[in-house]
Amino acid sequence: MTKHQNETSTTTEMNHIEAIIGHILQIGVSIAAIIMALGLLLLIIKGGQTGYAKNVHPTTISGILRGIAQLKPYAVMMLGLFCLILTPILRVVVSIYAFAKEHDRLYVVITTLVLVILGISFVIGHTV
Amino acid sequence: MGLNILLMMGVGLAAGIVGAILGLGGGIVVTPVLTLAMGLDIKYAIGASIIAVIATSSGSTIAYLHDDVLNLRVAMFLEIATTIGGISGALLTGILNPKYLYYLFGALLLFSGWNMFRKLRRGDEVEQNVQDDTIATKLKLNGTYFDKATFKQIDYQVANVPQGFVVMLGAGLASGLLGIGSGAFKVTAMDTFMKMPLKPSSATSNLMMGVTAAASATVYFFNGAILPNIAVPLALGILVGAVLGTRIMQVLPSRVIRMLFIPVILLIGLQMIYKGFGG
Repeated sequence: MTKHQNETSTTTEMNHIEAIIGHILQIGVSIAAIIMALGLLLLIIKGGQTGYAKNVHPTTISGILRGIAQLKPYAVMMLGLFCLILTPILRVVVSIYAFAKEHDRLYVVITTLVLVILGISFVIGHTV
Repeated sequence: MGLNILLMMGVGLAAGIVGAILGLGGGIVVTPVLTLAMGLDIKYAIGASIIAVIATSSGSTIAYLHDDVLNLRVAMFLEIATTIGGISGALLTGILNPKYLYYLFGALLLFSGWNMFRKLRRGDEVEQNVQDDTIATKLKLNGTYFDKATFKQIDYQVANVPQGFVVMLGAGLASGLLGIGSGAFKVTAMDTFMKMPLKPSSATSNLMMGVTAAASATVYFFNGAILPNIAVPLALGILVGAVLGTRIMQVLPSRVIRMLFIPVILLIGLQMIYKGFGG
């Protein structure tokens, strides 16, 4: 294969990968945005009643889920924020899949490594 | 309350536009507004600015992926460095004296600002880097993008991969240890050290920032530093702003983006050195 052909195939491979990641990321961000917007709408409809005492908002997953069951605006808003925080991690996970699908083993390894380090930093962040 | 929501959306809109164009995340606009103008406690301001970074990153990345401006391989490869740097920074808190790090990173940004100023004066915005870099070729880092300002397809080669990697380690370290947005270092590593054109540098920096921020964001989320009444309207404003920003960035001449970038990077550099002196 000549150098030029090699570069062309790399470019099309890259376009496939970018299309997959872009698509999934768009879905993730849209979900987060819709949940956040719904929560905000709920807060406005309820005339600023957050569903919680003053200066309190739910910070545990179970607390958020319980709040959502009761349609508490702050609980819905926190769920939306949590989804938003997950979007970059989603992007890394989908990248591994996309690189694997295009048989780019080097970048499957690199991206997996990033995910592992990210996992370690997550654990450290929650223990230190 | 309604006024506050509108205000936060407006701040977010501005932060999203600026962040998406410069690759610096939203923190640089959000933190001063929240602390200085609104008197919010710094803890909550940091929580909000972490959300701002993620919203800018994910919002702009969709467009930059679609329009093929960013360099995914460069991002993935350098993310190894930023994540390792981030962990080291978190672990070294309390062991390393941040004073010298503020000097070091502040000086690095001043150097980068000066370097960018020289590039601007020479007028060689896109360096045609003819020599093949062995590491960049092996890692398939060289890229291409369509510049909507000049209507040209620009093929570029990536140079000095090890230096770029080291600066990225520093970027991760700085954000882990000093808690500051490391977008300025990311753009510096790609533009100044790895000789990438400014637009892919900025777009790639935006992509990478989200990952760096996500790890610390979960910590802030569970310790209550992220306030929904502030972060939600802010994030919604940013998502819209970031989409606008990606459109604006692509049609702006690289020279103009650099002109915007230089004062910002010098300001962050000076601010860091000032902090080093105990300010």
